[in-house]
Amino acid sequence: MNNRPIAPRFWDRFWRLANPKVFMGWSGRLLPWIAAAAALSLCTGLTWGYFLTPDDMRQGSTVKIIYLHVPAALMAINGYLLMFVGALVWLIRRQHVSVLAAKAAAPVGMVMTLIALATGAIWGQPMWGTYWVWDPRLTSFLILFLFYVGYIALWAAIEDEDTAADLTSVLAIVGAVFAMLSRYAVLFWNQGLHQGTTVTVADGAKQENISNVFFQPLLLSMAGFGLLFLTLLLVGTRMEVRSRRLKVLQARERME
Amino acid sequence: MMPDLGKYALEVNSSYAMSLLALAVITGLYVRRSRAVKRALAAQEAAQDA
Repeated sequence: MNNRPIAPRFWDRFWRLANPKVFMGWSGRLLPWIAAAAALSLCTGLTWGYFLTPDDMRQGSTVKIIYLHVPAALMAINGYLLMFVGALVWLIRRQHVSVLAAKAAAPVGMVMTLIALATGAIWGQPMWGTYWVWDPRLTSFLILFLFYVGYIALWAAIEDEDTAADLTSVLAIVGAVFAMLSRYAVLFWNQGLHQGTTVTVADGAKQENISNVFFQPLLLSMAGFGLLFLTLLLVGTRMEVRSRRLKVLQARERME
Repeated sequence: MMPDLGKYALEVNSSYAMSLLALAVITGLYVRRSRAVKRALAAQEAAQDA
């Protein structure tokens, strides 16, 4: 009879999921379902938001940009936080899959940040009268974008995979500060044009939720962006695992 | 049926076009590169088994 406590057994099983061979098995089985759920929720959320929601009293039809801007911004921040976790796991436990997941997440997170910045600028022009201001949230988002670019460039610049993993992990941990800053910038510095969090707008003692007419398709779009991120993360991580194995086999062949 | 976007049609439509294009490009790149690496690995493994 196994007398080991339950918690260590759970963690043993959990970390085994990050074994490259085990990871390829479970991710391959899950991927088609996650991809289908991503396509369905993204198409439904964006179609609902674009075609079936009314104009806002103050913002007119520009409110429809919310179904792109908010989910993209959400995934830009959470994507970097995922890279932070992957980097920490690599530095502490030397699990290759975790750092390869962080590497795979970076280009997707960068595109999400770009979408959030671009749609924000396009939305800002008619609402604020300008495409850009050096507002705390906008500025911290721009810095987050630059961290994504730097992280991708650092991976490309270093030939040795483990050295690249170490250095990019340090960069991911430093950049996570800006990911958190871009999330809470509005609270830290009570200035600038950008409003607080969209889903629940807190105004002093008064708390105002956005109307269900806008909230329901927004929730679906957020799920769609999240699932698309997860799909591309799995596709990218599987690709990196295979690429790493390919390099090992090629190196072994050269040595023979 | 297209919704009436009024005077903000350009802003809304360009946001959707740009975002969907960006998502399509990153998805296409990931799928394409993933297939290429899978093929290369299969060829390498086959060559080593032979």
